[in-house]
Amino acid sequence: MINLTIDGKNVTVPRGTMLLEACRLAGADIPTLCYDPELKLAGSCRMCVVEVEGRRTLAASCVTPAEEGMVVQTESEEVVEARKVILELLLARHRLDCHVCEKDGNCRLQDYCYRYGVKDSRFKGEEPHFYKDDPNPFIERDYDKCIMCTKCVRACAEITGAFAINLKNRGHEVVISTAFDGGLKDSTCVFCGQCVMVCPVGALVSKVEKGRGRDYQTEKVRTICSYCGTGCTLELKVLNDQVVGVNSVRDERLSPVNRGALCVKGRFGWDFVNSKERLTQPLVRKDGELVPVSWDEALDYTASRLKEIKERWGAGSMAVFTSARTTNEENYLAQKLARAVIGTNNVDHCARL
Amino acid sequence: MKGEKRIILEYADKINPEKAEDYIKVGGYKGLEKARRMKPKKIIEEVKKSNLRGRGGAGFNTGMKWSFIPENAPIKYVVCNLDEGEPGTYKDRIICEKNAQALLEGMAICATAIGAEKGYIYCRGEYPYIVKLLNNAIKSAKEIGALEDFDIEVRMGAGAYVCGEETALIESIEGQRGEPRFKPPFPGVEGLWGMPTVVNNVETFACLPYILVNGAEWFASIGAPNYPGTKILTLTGDINNPTYFEVPTDYLLSDVIYELGGGIKSGRELKAVQVGGSSGAFIPKKNIDTPIDFDSMTKIGASLGSGAVFVLDETRDIVDIATRIAKFFKHESCGKCNPCREGTFRMYEMMTRINKGLGKPEDIENILVLSRVMQKASLCGLGQAAPIPIETSIKHFKSDYMAKLN
Ligand SMILES: Cc1cc2nc3c(=O)[nH]c(=O)nc-3n(C[C@H](O)[C@H](O)[C@H](O)COP(=O)(O)O)c2cc1C
Ligand code: SF4
Ligand code: SF4
Ligand code: SF4
Ligand code: SF4
Repeated sequence: MINLTIDGKNVTVPRGTMLLEACRLAGADIPTLCYDPELKLAGSCRMCVVEVEGRRTLAASCVTPAEEGMVVQTESEEVVEARKVILELLLARHRLDCHVCEKDGNCRLQDYCYRYGVKDSRFKGEEPHFYKDDPNPFIERDYDKCIMCTKCVRACAEITGAFAINLKNRGHEVVISTAFDGGLKDSTCVFCGQCVMVCPVGALVSKVEKGRGRDYQTEKVRTICSYCGTGCTLELKVLNDQVVGVNSVRDERLSPVNRGALCVKGRFGWDFVNSKERLTQPLVRKDGELVPVSWDEALDYTASRLKEIKERWGAGSMAVFTSARTTNEENYLAQKLARAVIGTNNVDHCARL
Repeated sequence: MKGEKRIILEYADKINPEKAEDYIKVGGYKGLEKARRMKPKKIIEEVKKSNLRGRGGAGFNTGMKWSFIPENAPIKYVVCNLDEGEPGTYKDRIICEKNAQALLEGMAICATAIGAEKGYIYCRGEYPYIVKLLNNAIKSAKEIGALEDFDIEVRMGAGAYVCGEETALIESIEGQRGEPRFKPPFPGVEGLWGMPTVVNNVETFACLPYILVNGAEWFASIGAPNYPGTKILTLTGDINNPTYFEVPTDYLLSDVIYELGGGIKSGRELKAVQVGGSSGAFIPKKNIDTPIDFDSMTKIGASLGSGAVFVLDETRDIVDIATRIAKFFKHESCGKCNPCREGTFRMYEMMTRINKGLGKPEDIENILVLSRVMQKASLCGLGQAAPIPIETSIKHFKSDYMAKLN
């Protein structure tokens, strides 16, 4: 174990603990932009810097291991000056339009500017010119709001494994780009939206959710995605009884299957919920027309038809075909129905196709 | 030349650097032979005792650096930093052109000490002819068996100054974007392909054969005790002899300029001198009676760095020069961390404004604030050092700035 002093408090942490965690244990609220506990460390935003007695430079707490006897200040004059200047530098390359921004109220840059009273930037000059029009149905890429945390790049590579985006250029001209600078559609992007999930600002937003309500206006309902049998946890954003968006649930205890990761359907394909064309009750074809009936009638009808076919053509004339949208348990029941009730071994599943 | 002390460059132009036989005729590969008869720990002890400190800029004790390599690691690498990106620096090129075999021997000594089988030389992209020279030199040394099983591969940079930073250099050899890694872990623990790696400068390696042959005490007694040995300096700017010199490290900066350098061109007065390349501090005339060694330079708020000496005469516009330096760093910042990526860019904007006569007093204030934060909060040495020439030019030549304000 390692003993150190943080803001005058004694803290004991296991060897290998980073200062960021030690500071949080000591009750200090350390701002971070590029840090994400699930992604490889970058140590690049420098918002988490703290002052360590005897060091020439400030230490980025997310990548600095705690050492025995360290004396750490988390909000010293130097630390605060550095954070303010970093925020001002970011603002200088930012198109600040919170009033129309999807991220308003849920944005790290906004939160930290508020916390440190950064109203404007002393370093304004050339305006941001990084906006990327990307005609795809799902993700808006507005790099005039990008703070270059590279979380999207890391999430794309480390969570999804798509490697669709990376850094291009050097210095101030660095920008997130696909190979050959095309749209996401022309890249290896699978539109999982993990990049949107991790983006701490409004640089990556869901086009499907745009304009339908800010995060803080919506009620949150945690549920399981109904698209397939994987069982990903997600959070519906609900406004006036309508689903207006989907959030990731990254807490492993609440989202043990997917830890926030989703696929294109779960993240962007939820608008069917409010579709008028959606089936809401059973239909039976009568005289060539589909007519709404009760569940009892529909089930009786199905059972009697199955029986008739079995009697006339034998059980082998029938097959049961199940869908990947059903769960393991439902698939088990379906094959049981086939073998034990209908009496056929003709069972198959769409995932084999 | 009188005043010089040549160790690495003693046989400059007298031997063919590509030919191992030539080098052997003047006593080459004797240090390696000796090292091979020693226990690895003893070699490291000897290098430590010589007090040889890194010639690449940071001045770290070389033997100490080697001692961090875990003995039991299955694979270790020796990497030579020949990126030589500091403007005005060309001493590593000179070492290759005059005595490339000493570099190879130094790397092999290091490999013997740490137990490495493979070495890389990372060569500045603008030196393609040096790559050829080195490959020939390696071939020749291999042919006569001087390097035994130790293999050296030359890799080429692509023109990024930041790739001289040891971890960016490692990333570049691995085929990644040239961006520094955070430290720790240091290369000695997790370097090239995750393996313990020694990264040393060309000049550092080239000192080693002579230390092994003549002994640690001999080396430690040359020049300044805290930073012993010789240092190759490259003179540029308004100087009568704009060339290179090898001097003992207690040599005075003023003697570099007025003795070896032959004084300021056209009989003018000295305005300032910048030591260590573009990231170095500007040193005003009143401070030049200082030895060039690492610690003495640090004491006057400067740094020996790579050993480049850039001389400015009294007629030079220091604001204009500082603006050009700001442009260099804006161009070379890798863009990984916020203070440097945005800081170098805004610094250049503010400097340009002032240089064009459009600056306001608050521009200077803002430059000083930004400069402080970049030095304290940047991820690597590039962003930490980039504002130093600007800050020191303001400190020593404030009136030049005031004269240009709007
Ligand atoms: C931006 C930057 C550029 C550097 N460029 C060089 C270089 O061109 N050559 C070099 O030897 N060291 C360079 N260094 C220093 C290296 O990181 C490293 O300290 C050095 O290669 C270690 O060798 P030494 O101990 O023998 O000096 C650079 C450092 C920084 C931060
Ligand atoms: S990204 Fe954040 S700071 Fe930028 S406009 Fe949107 S809400 Fe405001
Ligand atoms: S949507 Fe998924 S695959 Fe596409 S860029 Fe974002 S993270 Fe990568
Ligand atoms: S787009 Fe978002 S996640 Fe990606 S680097 Fe920019 S701010 Fe970070
Ligand atoms: S200080 Fe500059 S060069 Fe170094 S990591 Fe940061 S942006 Fe890159």
